[in-house]
Amino acid sequence: MYEIVYKETLSESNKLMVVIAPEVARKAKPGQFVIVRIDEQGERIPLTIADYDRDAGTVTLVFQEVGKSTMHMGTLTVGEGFRDLVGPLGHPTEIDELGTVVCIGGGVAIAAIYPIARGFKAAGNQVLSIIGARNRELLVWTERMEAISDELTVVTDDGSYGRRALVTEPLRELLEARAGEIAEVHAVGPAPMMKACVQTAQPFDIPVIVSLNTVMVDGTGMCGGCRVEIGGETRFVCVDGPSFDGHLVDWDMLMARQAFYREEEQYAVAHWQKECRLLAAKGEV
Amino acid sequence: MSKFSMKERLEIPRQEMPTQNPEARRANFAEVTLGYTPELMLREAQRCLQCREPACVKGCPVGVKIPEFIAALCDEDLPRAVAEMKARNVMPAICGRVCPQETQCEALCILAKRGEPVAIGRLERYVGDYELEERVCPSSVRATPTGRRVAIVGSGPAGLTCAAALAGKGHDVTVFEALQSLGGVLGYGIPEFRLPKQVVQDEIDCLVQGLEIEVRLNTLIGRTFTVEELLEEEGYEAIFISSGAGLPNMVRIPGINLNGVMSANEFLTRVNLKKGYRFPEYDTPVKVGKKVAVIGAGNVAMDAARCALRLGTMRAQSNGGVPPEVHIVYRRSMDEVPARYEEFEHAREEGVHFNFLVNPVRIYGNERRAVSGMRVQRMELGEPDSSGRRRPLPIPGAEYDMDVDMVIMALGTRPNPLVFQDAARLERTKWGTVVADEETGKTTACPIWAGGDVVTGAATVISAMGAGQRAAASIDAYLGTGEW
Ligand SMILES: Cc1cc2nc3c(=O)[nH]c(=O)nc-3n(C[C@H](O)[C@H](O)[C@H](O)COP(=O)(O)OP(=O)(O)OC[C@H]3O[C@@H](n4cnc5c(N)ncnc54)[C@H](O)[C@@H]3O)c2cc1C
Ligand SMILES: Cc1cc2nc3c(=O)[nH]c(=O)nc-3n(C[C@H](O)[C@H](O)[C@H](O)COP(=O)(O)OP(=O)(O)OC[C@H]3O[C@@H](n4cnc5c(N)ncnc54)[C@H](O)[C@@H]3O)c2cc1C
Ligand code: SF4
Ligand code: SF4
Ligand code: FES
Repeated sequence: MYEIVYKETLSESNKLMVVIAPEVARKAKPGQFVIVRIDEQGERIPLTIADYDRDAGTVTLVFQEVGKSTMHMGTLTVGEGFRDLVGPLGHPTEIDELGTVVCIGGGVAIAAIYPIARGFKAAGNQVLSIIGARNRELLVWTERMEAISDELTVVTDDGSYGRRALVTEPLRELLEARAGEIAEVHAVGPAPMMKACVQTAQPFDIPVIVSLNTVMVDGTGMCGGCRVEIGGETRFVCVDGPSFDGHLVDWDMLMARQAFYREEEQYAVAHWQKECRLLAAKGEV
Repeated sequence: MSKFSMKERLEIPRQEMPTQNPEARRANFAEVTLGYTPELMLREAQRCLQCREPACVKGCPVGVKIPEFIAALCDEDLPRAVAEMKARNVMPAICGRVCPQETQCEALCILAKRGEPVAIGRLERYVGDYELEERVCPSSVRATPTGRRVAIVGSGPAGLTCAAALAGKGHDVTVFEALQSLGGVLGYGIPEFRLPKQVVQDEIDCLVQGLEIEVRLNTLIGRTFTVEELLEEEGYEAIFISSGAGLPNMVRIPGINLNGVMSANEFLTRVNLKKGYRFPEYDTPVKVGKKVAVIGAGNVAMDAARCALRLGTMRAQSNGGVPPEVHIVYRRSMDEVPARYEEFEHAREEGVHFNFLVNPVRIYGNERRAVSGMRVQRMELGEPDSSGRRRPLPIPGAEYDMDVDMVIMALGTRPNPLVFQDAARLERTKWGTVVADEETGKTTACPIWAGGDVVTGAATVISAMGAGQRAAASIDAYLGTGEW
């Protein structure tokens, strides 16, 4: 078992967990992820390594409860753990000294952009960060992002915190004002957000590196379930990615593939909630 | 043994093995073949002529002592049969079920000339099942510990066989497995109804019992550790790479990335490893279409087709829908079907449709980017190609559409290159397989050995086990003498 040693409720649906996994912690680099499985019946769930502590031998995972597996994960407590945890998976993000880099995180993926932004900062770059969420409640790690960014812009869809805007607005402003200066944009978040960032940057001819979150099965290159089209070529996100040049991604295909199991996912949530109610009724929870 | 004359032996017909009837089994995942009863076993065993120079043995990649184990069966001395078997093959319950006997041992049996070889595989399975049921696993006594450390990469039949043999010699063996459970293809590929997972589990337990083999699941070599790190930092003195050939080949035809097109690996992994057929009790969902096309006609294709048939039928029965239509689409003819003959027959009995001499050229999608049909090209057979099989050639202009809503690709696999991260000194072929000596398993880089599908490309369970055994002998010799 991979034990949970710390748990924090960031908001009603966002949870943070620190898990003992020394071998993964030792190797982890920004941009990589792990696959976890709660128990024998569990699904294999990919999660970004939001942080790691090589000395303590732990990795930090931040996730949003969106379906059966993440809801179930949210009920785990310190002392409990995951039956399986494999990683670090995927290629690390390429981090060089480029000058100025924009780092964008949307919703729970702010935790995923964090190690990347911190890596760029440590490599001597000027880091301009933009983070956003639907509302204040769904923002995570604002202080952490503040600490490692040269400039931080916070936006929410409803204006309940920071500026009322989508992340693309401050992005456009930055690009317009400082296009010559900005070497690269990194964006992690829901597919529509990443797609919009790519479209925003298009006229400026600036690379946008995105981290794709397809459905995964094994995470080792064995099934092809995670495939996407990048510049017309089929690529496996788990082994060829998860980072790709956003300008080359076939977004519509990606989003269609993400939605393939929607019916089953809804059914699984309903089934899970029913079971929880039954257990609660029996007084077992 | 001498109860029967030659003539009497020749008069006994080959004994069929009882099976679940096709109607019932297409709606469940229980094992199709039920195994011999003691009576059937005995009659079949009595057919063996006990040849002094048994040709059958030459057809077995590990040289199972076939007449010897069958003689023990005739004497109804099962412990002896187990011992004779285990001298060469440590997984008889598995191999008896999945070996392509008709092209291996049984092909060369002297009685094959008369059309009915001894059912060596079925007898082998009987021995294996007896052993598992009675728990008479020969207690593999571990030799005096040597303190020498060997790493095995991948826990399929090649890796496990090698691990058991080396641990038996007293070496300190660690098996690194990327997935959540042991067994490789035996666990995630071959379905329950053909190879029950309990049999796999029991036979593996039996194999490693008494041997202190360290198992590290969820450890992906190439990422969690690289091969070179295992040698330089983790203190292993020898490495056996048995990571199989798990990377699916996806053809480049229009529509290949639509929803509803998947590799057989994805489909079978969802069904077998993650028990998708028990969703929502198990969390991983698996979809199945109403009209499914499986491209290819090897074991993998048969397995995918029969899983699709079962899932679809079970669903139709639970919600009152129509049972699915499942098609095998193969560009050669029936004579070239590479699957085990028994699986091909079983698939036909269950109602899988076979479309020979057709090849997909494009997959159509609807507005939701899901499969809505497939265009196929008719083929004819030309001259034999390098594999000796007649080459399929398109018949110009002969194309038509098939009405399907799911397409499963079962067109072969290649080794997964992840494991070679940082191991550039390992020579590989243009197909991505590792170059290794057939007799010893030595690669071009000391002290690294390799065997099984990662060397041969997709092959068989028993050939992978043979490679594991031979490599173990070579590794043991190397650890003893230090000579590469
Ligand atoms: C490389 C990568 C890194 C990720 N990092 C994070 C992270 O740090 N934090 C976080 O909250 N989420 C992350 N995700 C997404 C996370 O894996 C999904 O939210 C989770 O699998 C949903 O499972 P569920 O059963 O709770 O929800 P479901 O109801 O099953 O699905 C909800 C949505 O999640 C997606 N999804 C479903 N199954 C899978 C699967 N097996 N693999 C991937 N996506 C799936 C689907 O698009 C679906 O629409 C990451 C995904 C990838 C591929
Ligand atoms: C669906 C299907 C049906 C088949 N049917 C038959 C049949 O009926 N009869 C028959 O004889 N053969 C059959 N085969 C072929 C047979 O299963 C294989 O030839 C055999 O399993 C090969 O054994 P192996 O040990 O070389 O590799 P595998 O069984 O493939 O095992 C390799 C293991 O290595 C692990 N691995 C891979 N990369 C890494 C890494 N980087 N780090 C750690 N671990 C890693 C994998 O997860 C896997 O567990 C079938 C194959 C399939 C897919
Ligand atoms: S291991 Fe396979 S090939 Fe060898 S005798 Fe047994 S069934 Fe035949
Ligand atoms: S060749 Fe056939 S008859 Fe002869 S020993 Fe082998 S199994 Fe028996
Ligand atoms: S998740 Fe299976 S190949 Fe990527």
